[in-house]
Amino acid sequence: MCLSVPAKIMKLEKDKALVDFGGSQREVSMMLLPEAKIGDYVLVHAGFAIQLLEESDAKKTLDAFKEIYENEK
Amino acid sequence: MKTKNKNLFSPSLWSDKDIAIKISKEIKNKAEMFFKKTGKKPSMMEVCGTHTMAIARSGIRQLIGDYVNLISGPGCPVCVTSQGDIDRIIEFSKFNDVIIATFGDMMKVKGSEGYDLNDIRIKGGDVRIVYSPMDCLELARENRGKNIVFVGVGFETTAPTIAAAVKKAYEDKINNFFVAPLFKLVPPALRFLLDSKISKIDGFILPGHVSVIIGSRAYDFLKEEYKIPSVIAGFEPLDILRAADMILSYLIEGKEVFGVEYERAVKSEGNRVALDIMNEVFKVSDAYWRAIGVIKKSGYSFSDKFEKFDAFKKYGISYREKAEPKGCLCGKILLGLSKPSDCPLFGKKCVPEDAIGPCMVSSEGACAAWYKYGVKK
Repeated sequence: MCLSVPAKIMKLEKDKALVDFGGSQREVSMMLLPEAKIGDYVLVHAGFAIQLLEESDAKKTLDAFKEIYENEK
Repeated sequence: MKTKNKNLFSPSLWSDKDIAIKISKEIKNKAEMFFKKTGKKPSMMEVCGTHTMAIARSGIRQLIGDYVNLISGPGCPVCVTSQGDIDRIIEFSKFNDVIIATFGDMMKVKGSEGYDLNDIRIKGGDVRIVYSPMDCLELARENRGKNIVFVGVGFETTAPTIAAAVKKAYEDKINNFFVAPLFKLVPPALRFLLDSKISKIDGFILPGHVSVIIGSRAYDFLKEEYKIPSVIAGFEPLDILRAADMILSYLIEGKEVFGVEYERAVKSEGNRVALDIMNEVFKVSDAYWRAIGVIKKSGYSFSDKFEKFDAFKKYGISYREKAEPKGCLCGKILLGLSKPSDCPLFGKKCVPEDAIGPCMVSSEGACAAWYKYGVKK
């Protein structure tokens, strides 16, 4: 039930946004994330954007996986 | 792994098989070191039901289950709802002016009298499945002569979405929308598990999306008071494996005890707007948990300002303790004391299509996860 899915903001109007889940689109409420902008990636839960996803942090974690486990055989 | 010009949140990037195997090998090495040191397999509890499902779906249990005990915790909101509260929800169907609105997971959880919301709908009762609590406001506008009662089940991830819908209803003066407040909070449940010492847990894989809302600092007590290795994890295979490896490092080295693997989404302070809206609409209160009973200050009820939205108060439905379904091990499974395969009903008399306990009903229940993905041990 705590399933939340990443989506990209395509359109913004007041406290609503049209977001894209890699193909399918739907309207979500931005009441819990008023600072988000068009083009931002957000987590969507139960019809609400609940958090901004940080691309720099995602890259950092993915790079860390590579670095930490590189020498594993 | 090429990350340039890609959607960095695409699940495929976080399910890289080669890296998953490498992390698993590291987990195996560390688990063996832990075994040498303590004479036992390390036990980790994934607190969140979405993790339970992700672990079963991705095959992580088969990958590392021989070295690490993966225990499911009380993190499936439908499963932890007490039998008495399930009965209270079903009681709303006795009022002709009520439309029950709910997330789909709640439809097939049976009340003590042996029927569920789905049965009520088949018999002509008005029960609607909604995707978002916001959909209830639309229902309320379209059905002026009826009262919409939303089943408010969920943890801190879901509670702010319901609080936001209530606040919107308040502002828009919608007076036929109510919520049955059955919210649960994760930190008090962790405290209960640790204080009661009933489950043998060496580390916690902490819920990523609850943490998005409450922030990593909400777990400072784990670090400071209990010193139990804990990592906030995302939901893709690499996230979960990495978190397990971090916990093992903490167990072996003993230097650190707390980490955030899900850095791309979790901030120390959480989502301030969501926390503020919950503080305004709700107040912390005691809550009934299946198989546990009351945990102090582990749920939300409405604040004085929003009390008129409380569906239980509106319809005068009070709480009565009810027995667990006969023979069902759901309660023990929620506490990490039993595995689904320990239950004699599992996969025989209790299957998703005709479930006896909520752990088989909810898509995030441990039994449903094991059944769906054929997990045997």
